[in-house]
Amino acid sequence: MLNIVKHRYLYFLISLIAILPGIAAVLVWGLPTGIDFTGGSLLEIKFESALPSSEKVHEILTEFGFPDAKVQTAGDDKLIIRTKAMSEGAEVLILAEIESRFNTDVVLDKFESVGPSIGKEVAQRAAGAVGLAALGILAYITYAFRGVNHAFRYGVAAIIAMLHDVILVLGIESILGHYLGWEADALFLTALLTVIGFSVHDSIVVFDRIRENERLHRQLDYETLVNHSIVQTLDRSINTQLTVMLTLLALVLFGGSTIRHFVVILLIGVFSGTYSSIFNAAPILVVWENKEWRSWFKRTPA
Amino acid sequence: MKSNQRWIIPILILLAISIYINLPNHPGIHIGDFHKEIETHLGLDLVGGVQALLEADLPEDVVISQENMQTARGIIEDRVNGLGVSEAVVQIAGDRRILVELPGEQDPEQALATVKETALLEFVDFGDLSVQEASLLYNAKIQTDYQTSTDNADLSTSSPDNPVFHTVITGASIKQVGVTTDGIGNPRVIFELTPEGSIIFSEFTSANIGSMLAIVLDKEVISTPRIDDAITGGQGSISGNFTIDSANELAIQLRYGSLPVPLKVVQTQTIGPTLGEDSLNRSLVAGIIGMAVVMVFMALYYRLPGLIADLALLMYALITFAIYRWIPITLTLPGIAGFILTFGVAVDANVLIFERMKEELRKGRTIQQAISLGWERAWPSIRDSNLSTLITSAILFWFGSSFGASIVKGFSLTLAIGVLVSLFTAVTATRTFLHLMLDNIKAADRPEWFGV
Repeated sequence: MLNIVKHRYLYFLISLIAILPGIAAVLVWGLPTGIDFTGGSLLEIKFESALPSSEKVHEILTEFGFPDAKVQTAGDDKLIIRTKAMSEGAEVLILAEIESRFNTDVVLDKFESVGPSIGKEVAQRAAGAVGLAALGILAYITYAFRGVNHAFRYGVAAIIAMLHDVILVLGIESILGHYLGWEADALFLTALLTVIGFSVHDSIVVFDRIRENERLHRQLDYETLVNHSIVQTLDRSINTQLTVMLTLLALVLFGGSTIRHFVVILLIGVFSGTYSSIFNAAPILVVWENKEWRSWFKRTPA
Repeated sequence: MKSNQRWIIPILILLAISIYINLPNHPGIHIGDFHKEIETHLGLDLVGGVQALLEADLPEDVVISQENMQTARGIIEDRVNGLGVSEAVVQIAGDRRILVELPGEQDPEQALATVKETALLEFVDFGDLSVQEASLLYNAKIQTDYQTSTDNADLSTSSPDNPVFHTVITGASIKQVGVTTDGIGNPRVIFELTPEGSIIFSEFTSANIGSMLAIVLDKEVISTPRIDDAITGGQGSISGNFTIDSANELAIQLRYGSLPVPLKVVQTQTIGPTLGEDSLNRSLVAGIIGMAVVMVFMALYYRLPGLIADLALLMYALITFAIYRWIPITLTLPGIAGFILTFGVAVDANVLIFERMKEELRKGRTIQQAISLGWERAWPSIRDSNLSTLITSAILFWFGSSFGASIVKGFSLTLAIGVLVSLFTAVTATRTFLHLMLDNIKAADRPEWFGV
């Protein structure tokens, strides 16, 4: 039989390798946060004719008192402008100026403006929401597995696997943000919370099998039992993973640019969620059961 | 009827109701006094429009009563409805914010101006009304000749029974308002007019010394001072039997209009109509393709049970969509993404069950036994994993509600509804279908139909 638990440190290493660049990126570049969290204004302008150069547009924004404005092209005919929060009506004046300066018609596809104080509050509340979700899930798992020895461990293992996914997603967001100019916004947060939900969902399915096998095969040692359970749920994990990935792929390919960022984050997070539930969450239970950390820092393996 | 078929009638009824609700161009349901319009509500990001989040413009530590917020919400709703936007949403978000959504609104500037506009304040000529007559009109609604879109009274239609008064100046002419006390400590409200306003007001007051003037807010008389002197310098004062509180109240009304809470715009979002339409079409295509791919996969991998799961998935989509239309839930782009994502969740329950079924079949059990055991064994994991998803969506919902982040809220609702409906379709409906199928055709002799 496939032995996943035996190679658990290899899989932990793979996880570590996957999340380290992201952690480094967050430390070096930070997490690019959108106006939903920092406050500011965002304009998406569609041009009827050829796009003017970003520098020229930036000049106009400087004249209007936004020297820090970021101008970005999106597709063939769109500009995305990000500035600090504008006073009301300023965007109309800016649009009019752009139209007359470049002698073209433009359409304001999207205009968002968030005051700085509310942005900060959203960010705080978001962190609170993630923390609360983790606590709620921990409590629920401990309750649902109350019949099993060390029910609390299952909750903690699920949370560690979940944190793995959260850190991976945050890291990738930071890397993509640096190279593609993506910004974490309210939608990103929604994707992140969904990833949390799916990750725990997957862990619970594996844990459920351990719970059941523990009752059926009392003579088996814990390591074999966990491995058994992982292998038994592997078909399900892969198939469910496939269906979710297929729907998400359809959304990436055909869903349009507005939610592409959202869906890509979901895709990465859902994949990571399945990986971590199989290769991290369940093996962590074995590490805990054997109290393996006692031998981690010894020269000879125990 | 066998026990494992007792669900067939409820399932069929539910299916029929769902299909009925999903009929396009639904006339709505009207039975006696019960009326319900049924239509698909599309969010701002799909139809384009304006969204604004208003926040009480008061220091953080000032507690704002919910009554005041409710009143403010009602007033804004009235104004917004005056715009003629259908399906406008005005709701309280958290303790001190009001969310305004105007789907399909094409002119964001005008819409925001209307929402933010302080109430219509008028200085109205009460002509030769006596002090007593004027005081009778205190707190009453009156008609004036100031033209608004909803109310077009004209001086010429004035009659003793239905008087129309002349508006001298409106709140637009007021520059500043304050409260002071006079030499003997009586509070009075002082105001400063704009240059244009002061010219008009000076001409009017000079010609009407001794007459009554009315201060009218949204057509309601809130004060009836007498013109004691000509107000020529653009600065006037209103005295009367004010207490400090009532003077302050009048000053606030003059400054902010009738809103009991001063509001400022802290967040706006405007989506152009073409972007919205494009997003809608694209996500519909993505949804159909996503669903088709999942169905093909299930049928290929699980054979007969897979086909039945496909049937359950179609049913899932129908029921869920009917619930969206019934409640109604406003569909946003992430909401649709959430809906499509829940196809995966709905199918997952079936995958869990079918994998267990296959295991039991491999152990040599009969198909009937395998079905029963498959469901029994898979249920705890389906229950626990779905409950944890429900916990997450509840937290998302709370997060979305307190910020007027209707996108997040919509997403969490679709996720939660998806989980609940999928529990029914993937667990109950699939089992019923499978039993129905097996009892009527001798599939039990053909394990290959089960992919074993």
